[in-house]
Amino acid sequence: MPLRIGDPSPRPDAWAKLSGKARYVDDLRPEGLLHGATIRSPLPRGRLRGLRLDPAFAWSDVVVAGPADIPGRNLIPLLDEDQPALAADLINHAEEPLLLLAHADPATLERARRAVAVDLDPLPPLLDLRAAMAAAAAGEPAVHPRGAVLKEIAIAKGDPGAVWADAPLLVESEVETGAQEQLYLEPQGMIAWADARSVTVIGSLQCPYYVQHGLCAVFGLPPEQVRVIQAVTGGGFGGKEEYPTLLAVHAALLARKAGCPVKMVYDRAEDMAATTKRHPSLTRSRAAFDSDGRLLALDVDFNLDAGAYTTLSPVVLSRGALHASGPYRCGHVRIRARAWATNTPPHGAFRGFGAPQSCFAIERLMDLAAARLGMDPAELRRRNLLRRGDTTATGQVMREEIDLEGLLDMALAESGYAARRAACAAANTAAGPEDPRRGVGLAVFMHGAGFTGSGEKRLASRAALELGCDGVVRVLAASTEIGQGAATVFQQIVGQALGVDAACVLVEPPDTDRVPDSGPTVASRTTMVVGHLLEGAARSLRAALSADGLPAAAPAADVAEALARRGAARGPERWSEAYAHPDWVVWDEERYQGDAYPTFAWAAYVAQVAVDPLTGEAAVEDFTAVQDIGRVVNPALAAGQVEGGVAQGIGYALMEEVQWREGRMANNRLSTYIIPTAADLPGIRARFRETPGGYGPEGAKGLGELPLDGTAPAVLAALDMATGTRFRRLPVLPEEILPRLAGGEPGDG
Amino acid sequence: MAEAPRITLELTVNGAPRRVATLPGARLLDLLRGMDLTGVKEGCGEGECGACAVLLDGRLVNSCLVPAAQAQGSTVLTIEGAAADRELAAAQRGLLDRAGVQCGICTPGVVLAAGALLKRIPDPDEEEIRGALAGNLCRCTGYVGIVAGVRAAARELRGGPSAGGGA
Repeated sequence: MPLRIGDPSPRPDAWAKLSGKARYVDDLRPEGLLHGATIRSPLPRGRLRGLRLDPAFAWSDVVVAGPADIPGRNLIPLLDEDQPALAADLINHAEEPLLLLAHADPATLERARRAVAVDLDPLPPLLDLRAAMAAAAAGEPAVHPRGAVLKEIAIAKGDPGAVWADAPLLVESEVETGAQEQLYLEPQGMIAWADARSVTVIGSLQCPYYVQHGLCAVFGLPPEQVRVIQAVTGGGFGGKEEYPTLLAVHAALLARKAGCPVKMVYDRAEDMAATTKRHPSLTRSRAAFDSDGRLLALDVDFNLDAGAYTTLSPVVLSRGALHASGPYRCGHVRIRARAWATNTPPHGAFRGFGAPQSCFAIERLMDLAAARLGMDPAELRRRNLLRRGDTTATGQVMREEIDLEGLLDMALAESGYAARRAACAAANTAAGPEDPRRGVGLAVFMHGAGFTGSGEKRLASRAALELGCDGVVRVLAASTEIGQGAATVFQQIVGQALGVDAACVLVEPPDTDRVPDSGPTVASRTTMVVGHLLEGAARSLRAALSADGLPAAAPAADVAEALARRGAARGPERWSEAYAHPDWVVWDEERYQGDAYPTFAWAAYVAQVAVDPLTGEAAVEDFTAVQDIGRVVNPALAAGQVEGGVAQGIGYALMEEVQWREGRMANNRLSTYIIPTAADLPGIRARFRETPGGYGPEGAKGLGELPLDGTAPAVLAALDMATGTRFRRLPVLPEEILPRLAGGEPGDG
Repeated sequence: MAEAPRITLELTVNGAPRRVATLPGARLLDLLRGMDLTGVKEGCGEGECGACAVLLDGRLVNSCLVPAAQAQGSTVLTIEGAAADRELAAAQRGLLDRAGVQCGICTPGVVLAAGALLKRIPDPDEEEIRGALAGNLCRCTGYVGIVAGVRAAARELRGGPSAGGGA
């Protein structure tokens, strides 16, 4: 059957995964392999005096690599160059890598690791956002050479200052969100081969060209001497966006020194303690409404804890700031966003990328305003939804067809919102002391698809198709399949444009020696941006077949035959496509004005929770997720993205608490950091509206991150209703809920 | 450094008798992965995630918590032997048809847990399915496709329409 956009095509990788044949990085065992380990800082801040290798240990067959073994520059190049590959002097966070060891036997390696003592002079650390803000306010020196704030963004529209005085209703709110662990089920892992002239790595990663860029800097090699291959990857969620570069550098330093391949695979405890998490946030906001509930002015002070190094925080901050006013019309907006330096391990990319934090803040604010106005939260939102022709906080005109009211109505209808709310209210009134309390909450939100502003223009992505001698069309893109279904979607897009079935289209695992740079697999851009490039390449290939004499309406078998003929005669042959920035997308990075994203995906989610008054435990018992992502390329995979994202959002809201002790994750185990199991979650109703407007294939937009933005605020709104109080901090654990039910703590603003 | 003494174990793995040498402190997980049965995954090493699940004498266990020596004389079924097992094979087909697979790391363990459930309860309801899978963490699917896949497998085993049909 010919592949088609819109069909629930099966995943080409499913059977290998179901039968245990798929080889992840830890399943690969090249000849002569050594295992690598990392010596890390035990303290969050200090000056390194030295590393002492226990003389009683037999070091002769242990490979030891330190900063002096770095042939190029000792840094991980990202948006800044402040993060060393191995800290040599100043230590800026706990778990910071200092020295690398390798040995053929994992047990000996572990004994060697324990035989290294880290000697350092402690310096006073700043361990969280409030500490960083307080230190700056008190004029104390910053813990980062760039200052207390690593990035600041200001967005201004109209004049909120002129509105406050006469506004019928002013609401103010301060909300916080904690760190969240990505918890891909496959820990970080990498195997490296290296000599003086070349480096090759294979690993679990999202962005092959980011890894190549980092290796080039550290090894002082040109890109053509650095090869990065993606192994089958067991989940990423942003956690394998920037971190694998550091791991690849470490494995390659050991491999170069050892002269044989080195594998580094973190165990769960090391992975959770040392790698990135979602940025904790603190948002103070103020809004003015008229007596009909129309939003008149909005002032948001958005703060992220960047951790010890800049890494990706400036762009996480940017996406957070650009989503801070939500999908609402407002004439007067001021947004101030800052990323603060602290001494925790750097916080990093995690599905949603700053937007979950700021969507949480605006949605909490809307719920507060609805309560003050005595208005249903859905009605308040309805009165403020963006419409076509409106402008956002950055002055972006909503040119695309949007129908947020229709989307909201669909969510209300699909969830039975009004009836559920009425039933919960009645049941709560009649509830005995041991009966569960229930509530229903809502969130309306959006997610900008693709890189922010001019980001896609800078990336200038490329993708290609190669027709082999065997007549098979190979998809060559740097976009990684990490579980989300990129390979399936690419196969469908190319298959439809060519008019062939799945056997004719093979999506190759990315290998920088083979695939052009299609940009990173992040920012909900893969289907829309890279899919669009592949569609273009497929059309060029189809045109070549037409020129060979293949009729326009040829059946799949004839196309396959034409491919086989051409492949045998001329293969391998490539068709490439380069990104062309839509000229109507104009962004002013200096003033933060203009088209922040070429398009947005929109959503309205409804959650129902039940709270056990005896234990304080809250469970989500019903969840409806309605979204408009333009054309749905594969409904089965799209539903899977929504369902998985909602599950992560429910964990973010009710379970997943990173406990910090002296700048270190104290609960870095799966027995103490709790994520949702099958028994904790309801069935999730994922529904789609397909308003055209995206510039992906057939009008597809981005989807991957969207579900993280609105799930937690919908759950907290439901929790407010169930308890009759107001929650302002994520995650909400039973120990916070229980006193509220006892009436011990009133809701706050 | 002196090599640690090794012990030799005899056991049946996926239907075949095997004789393997291993370190006394090795886990069943290490033993199996050392036999190139790399479909057995390590997700946490402390029995919380279920990625390393296997059937040991028909009982579902997390192989990271079982000393290899305990498998002496026993019968082990891993994902690599699923195709020859009626319930496990049905679970594989159900998950395939219901989009219960994404990144795939949890998938082998989920198949083993689902198969063990179907051997015990041929007609599980939603709560029984969710309860049986509560020891298998999945970060990708929200469990929706997995639960639907197990339900489809149960229906197929009862002789109903194949996993592909019905709601």
